[in-house]
Amino acid sequence: MLRWRDLSLNARVGLVGAVFFVLFAYLGPLFSPHNPNEVLGNTWEPSSGKMLLGADSLGRDLLTRLMYGTRLSIELAGAATIISFLLGVTLGFTAAVLRGWFDQVMSRVVDLLMSIPTLIFALVLLSMMPRTGLVLVLVTAVLDSTRPFRLSRAVALDIAVQDFVEAARLRGERTRWIVTREILPNALTPLVAEFGLRFAFIMLFLSSLSFLGLGIQPPEQDLGRMIRDNREGIVYGISAALWPGAIIALLALSVNLVVDAILNRTTSLKGGRGG
Amino acid sequence: MAEILLDVKNLRVEATSYPPGEPPKNVVIVDDVSLTLAKGRVLGLIGESGAGKSTIGLTSLCYGRGGARISGGTIVLNGRDIRTIDAPAMRKLRGSEVAYVAQSAAAAFNPSHRLLDQVVEVSVQKGILSRREAEARAIELFGKLKLPNPETIGQRFPHQVSGGQLQRAMTAMALCPKPDLIVFDEPTTALDVTTQIEVLAAIKHAINLEDTAALYITHDLAVVAQVADDIMVLRHGKMVEVGTTEQIIKRPQQEYTQRLVSVRKIGREESPPTAQPVLEVRNITAAYANGLTVLSEVSVEVRRGQTLAVVGESGSGKSTLARVITGLLPPSEGDVLYHGKPMPRALKQRNKEQLRVLQMIYQMPDTAMNPRQTVELMIGRPLEFYFGLGGKERRQRVIELLDQIEMGAKFLDRYPAELSGGQKQRVCIARALAAKPELVICDEPTSALDPLVADEILKLLLRLQADTHVSYLFITHDIATVRAIADAIAVMYQGRVVRYGPKSEVLSPPFDDYTDLLLSSVPEMELGWLEQVLSRRRMAAAGN
Repeated sequence: MLRWRDLSLNARVGLVGAVFFVLFAYLGPLFSPHNPNEVLGNTWEPSSGKMLLGADSLGRDLLTRLMYGTRLSIELAGAATIISFLLGVTLGFTAAVLRGWFDQVMSRVVDLLMSIPTLIFALVLLSMMPRTGLVLVLVTAVLDSTRPFRLSRAVALDIAVQDFVEAARLRGERTRWIVTREILPNALTPLVAEFGLRFAFIMLFLSSLSFLGLGIQPPEQDLGRMIRDNREGIVYGISAALWPGAIIALLALSVNLVVDAILNRTTSLKGGRGG
Repeated sequence: MAEILLDVKNLRVEATSYPPGEPPKNVVIVDDVSLTLAKGRVLGLIGESGAGKSTIGLTSLCYGRGGARISGGTIVLNGRDIRTIDAPAMRKLRGSEVAYVAQSAAAAFNPSHRLLDQVVEVSVQKGILSRREAEARAIELFGKLKLPNPETIGQRFPHQVSGGQLQRAMTAMALCPKPDLIVFDEPTTALDVTTQIEVLAAIKHAINLEDTAALYITHDLAVVAQVADDIMVLRHGKMVEVGTTEQIIKRPQQEYTQRLVSVRKIGREESPPTAQPVLEVRNITAAYANGLTVLSEVSVEVRRGQTLAVVGESGSGKSTLARVITGLLPPSEGDVLYHGKPMPRALKQRNKEQLRVLQMIYQMPDTAMNPRQTVELMIGRPLEFYFGLGGKERRQRVIELLDQIEMGAKFLDRYPAELSGGQKQRVCIARALAAKPELVICDEPTSALDPLVADEILKLLLRLQADTHVSYLFITHDIATVRAIADAIAVMYQGRVVRYGPKSEVLSPPFDDYTDLLLSSVPEMELGWLEQVLSRRRMAAAGN
């Protein structure tokens, strides 16, 4: 297991950052005296004892709204990443083990999807569909599952030619056993690392969609939407739009630092492949 | 006594290892090793993997691979201690005074440059020879190393020549700047026996002509006996014994050396071919998807409780035969009969029972074991899969199997990384036996192991055969192994069985050409064996 004293400085910073934002999003509201949707002052009222970071474009408490926005962003990105991985990894492994026509069809479909710029494709899809959180998550997950598909297929192909997989085939094991018991445990390291990376990317992606107005719709606000709604303040020197931007940047950075540490750690693991 | 070229005293090499979850620890790789090498002499360094022989070889270039550092002793080359000289002097020394020949020539050559360019590179770069002189010398060396078409072979790329030729080209590369010392690191280990003898003869011829000194590193005592003047036996980084080749071969003093010299002396009488055939392979012809035929009209049979050895060099189709029998590669013609009844050709059409009776043991135990499964899970899975055993019953049976392979219950929770090479292969054997098979296909199960460990594995296989009456189809390129275990032998060459029958018949004259070549190429632990074989071959060639 990971132990604190074995961690590098980068990993510690990343871990502290990630834990801080999770606590901020989930425990923060307990300490906040304000209702996030209550109008408490003027538009972009400066910070004061009542509202520590001031008010947003509609006069609501910015700090409290940041907490709820971060929570929504983490949840949406988390859900989309999990679905994207379940889909991509299952199909990727199956393609690598079965080969043949299934692999060809899946790989060409993925090539096709990847040849279209994801953000533009998502904009087109979302402009035709109801803009609920569920649709947003599903569209993002499906479009993003091409990456875990590619990765897991490549990793599994590498593992599937090893003798122990052949031994399992000769024993008569079904594809399900080969995928879950022989291949998956040996592919976990790159997949975990990729999961962290994709989480950060998907959070950015969802924020971009919201910023463009096609993501989360008011009164709900994720971090991207908060930037959009407060962006005009920047012209007047109001910092309200910078706070959600900073959270996105720092959270993505923290997750990446943690992922780096996991990768470093597990590639040197005894018994790990290629270690 | 000739002039001393290399004088190593009290050499100590250490490295730091990082076991997970523990503080880093210091590992001593080479401990208190001293050697002297006179000009023009060849010293053989011999030992099992992990004995530190390659590390010692590299220290004569004052180089430590993979974090190894020279922590003690002196290395005096041509009268100066090379541990104390600075980096530019070191650069000058490497390649020009000492050269290195690696085990895998295929991996050591840059695939995108022509051979000649790579062979002359060091000499030209260090200003020892002009480009034209270096090329002339390279061509001369190609001739000395008996490469075909020495004038033009340098224009080829590494993938356009054979493995044996590439190994000789690398020797030419090392010889080109006229070094005083060459370090040969297992130069023939990756080659087939029939190629090995040619490369060995070429190397010996060339170092005699050039009068270079050499350190010859290998794990095969019979090979080193042909080229070395003196031999040093190493184990666990320490010297075991040093002496002239004759002393070591004929009068080994230490117990470990005696074991090395007498390795592969196990043998057994063949059983008469009266038992029922378990498996018959009838007129098998097989081809890969690209249309390349790899087996033509192969017919052999394996009898109950006996061993059929399939012998041949790489590319002879012996592993493909195993793939056909297991159903991984359905044959285009012919049948595999099990107790007289045809087996379905493809793996997918076989039922559980047909899969159970045929088990397989692989060459590389490292890749044959899932690194994320414990020994218990690995051996237990066939029990669960074929016999539906679970829980306590299964664990009990796994322990029984572990006892059978002389390992015991304490290994239940180990992962493959926590086992030695020999233990891994034992677990693979137990995994095969767990299915209670009638036939086990052994695909070179000992060729990745050290000789002493390999011997023990062979003994284990023989004992298990006596206990359980299992039959083996034993694929190997090593005649000594065949002598030790086979009842019947099939010699394969280019996808055909060229000789087949009981062991005593196959291994006694008159031979066909290929079997003769194969048998006479196996190095024997005798002084002057190489010369004898070569002169015999020359005479035979002249007689024709």
